[in-house]
Amino acid sequence: MTTTESPVFLDEQAGRSTFLRDSSTVFRRAMRISLRNPVWSVMGLLQPVLYLCLFGPLLEPIAGQLGATNAYQMFVPGLLVQLGMFGALFVGFGLIGEWRDGVIEAERVSPAPRAALVLGRVTRDVIVVFIQGVVLCSVAFLFGLEAPFWGVVLGIVTGALLAAAFASASYAIALTLKSEDALAPLMNGIALPLLLLSGILLPITAATAPAWLNTLSNLNPVKHVVSGIRAQFNGDFGTPTAIWGVVTTIALAAIGMWFGARTFKREDG
Amino acid sequence: MIHARGLARTYTTRRGDVDAVRGVDLDVEAGEIVGFLGPNGAGKTTTLRMLTTLLRPTRGEATVAGADLRRDPATVRRRIGYVAQSGSTASEARAGEEVVDHALLYGLERSVAVTRGQELFGQLELDGLWDRKAGSLSGGQRRRLDIALGLIHTPRLVFLDEPTTGLDPQARANLWTHVRGLRDTRGSTVFLTTHYLDEADALCDRILVIDAGQIVAQGSPEELKQRVSGDAIVLTATQPSDVARIAAVAARLPGSSEAVVDGSVVEVRVPQGRTQLAGLLRALDADGLEVDGVELRRPTLDDVFLTLTGRSLRDGEQSRDSADTTDGEAA
Repeated sequence: MTTTESPVFLDEQAGRSTFLRDSSTVFRRAMRISLRNPVWSVMGLLQPVLYLCLFGPLLEPIAGQLGATNAYQMFVPGLLVQLGMFGALFVGFGLIGEWRDGVIEAERVSPAPRAALVLGRVTRDVIVVFIQGVVLCSVAFLFGLEAPFWGVVLGIVTGALLAAAFASASYAIALTLKSEDALAPLMNGIALPLLLLSGILLPITAATAPAWLNTLSNLNPVKHVVSGIRAQFNGDFGTPTAIWGVVTTIALAAIGMWFGARTFKREDG
Repeated sequence: MIHARGLARTYTTRRGDVDAVRGVDLDVEAGEIVGFLGPNGAGKTTTLRMLTTLLRPTRGEATVAGADLRRDPATVRRRIGYVAQSGSTASEARAGEEVVDHALLYGLERSVAVTRGQELFGQLELDGLWDRKAGSLSGGQRRRLDIALGLIHTPRLVFLDEPTTGLDPQARANLWTHVRGLRDTRGSTVFLTTHYLDEADALCDRILVIDAGQIVAQGSPEELKQRVSGDAIVLTATQPSDVARIAAVAARLPGSSEAVVDGSVVEVRVPQGRTQLAGLLRALDADGLEVDGVELRRPTLDDVFLTLTGRSLRDGEQSRDSADTTDGEAA
């Protein structure tokens, strides 16, 4: 029955397994599954597009009061952050499904570096959010968004990078809880206050908010990301607000990745 | 291939510490098929997860496939294949792609992975299922896909956790053939867990019996059966009045247990039923005692388990749901 079979053990192709190669294998596998079943990616886009279409027009007459010349220039950065957060926070649900199917266990018993198992998946999530961001901004231009092209591109990239942070965190929490029922309320519990305190709908500033709310929101790193993207949309690439936004995003992504890799590494029940 | 000393795992739960595995010593040589037999919750899966680097032992040392479990888990992972009880493929993904992606994680070239994967699909009777979603496969097919995944890098040591649970009898027999083939044609070492006696009996060169986190016996299926229980000889007397005399003759056999009489039936346990039966029949004949029926019953591994632990393996099966939960938490 096994005439074609080679009697050698192939199990020692040492050195061929590298961090980048394994990350890319995990990424391509995840991307393939997402592309074959794009329902979730479309659903993830639906929420910010609905906000854009059904809430955005309300801001047009009051844009001046909020210190903006174009309502969408002020509003779309918030939607990009919302996309990066909500799209990414719920990727943990998919991971619980994979864990239940035994995929995580099978990957953890392979020699692939644990961080590659996270990075591959997060890369997929970042690319999905990037594409969603492109679609969102295209629709926003139709509605009358006026912003410098490179500012919009940078804003989409920053939003996608923020997704890396929340996707990693979502994977780590999902793998710890291993239950959709526990994950959903926790994710909503994290996401909603972070979102409200980041001023995505209306900017939270000393002028618009009571002092205590402004102070509280300043403690929320996501607010600085929103402010950073708003600065990018205004073309202010070199201002402290813009730089601080990017730095915060990179820091959040790094913390998220570390948290995610640590959870995949930790042997657990 | 596997040398473990004092391997133990303690879980800390809200109700206190639980010793899932309490110091297991085991040695598996290259080319052996070794079965880990025990009821659910005995610590089989926990031990397996320790040996496959998925769970860090609380105490103890082990060398697996030539590498130290604690110091060099990466080498252990490279050299072993593991087929988990819970499966290993995503329902959403296609069968062939799962196998190839898994091979890439072991450092195989894509072309090698595809060739090898298709070869395995042929051997495991998965032909034509390469492009099917894993979720659309039957239970038996999905299980064989798990095995293909575990074997894709032709590991020298293969761990199978309850490989045939949930399979129909034909699929089980098929799988046994494949497991034997691993050893016979490739020289792989196989370490499997099972709570099926017939499986351990039919498949394994050697069996380790585990109960409550400890190995309580080991040996070939034959050795275990001989050592612990002996064979039963069951005689049915032609004349019910002869029963007592038949029992007395039977009880005189070397190494015989007390004869048990039930109506016209006499049952006695002897160490070597096959060779002792002829002598018994001659002795009965010499005394002019006639029997209608003679039955020689070889001991089963269940007898072994009962003798060793005072409990039947099948008792465990009845309370399976609760035992599975415990095992799941422990694993």
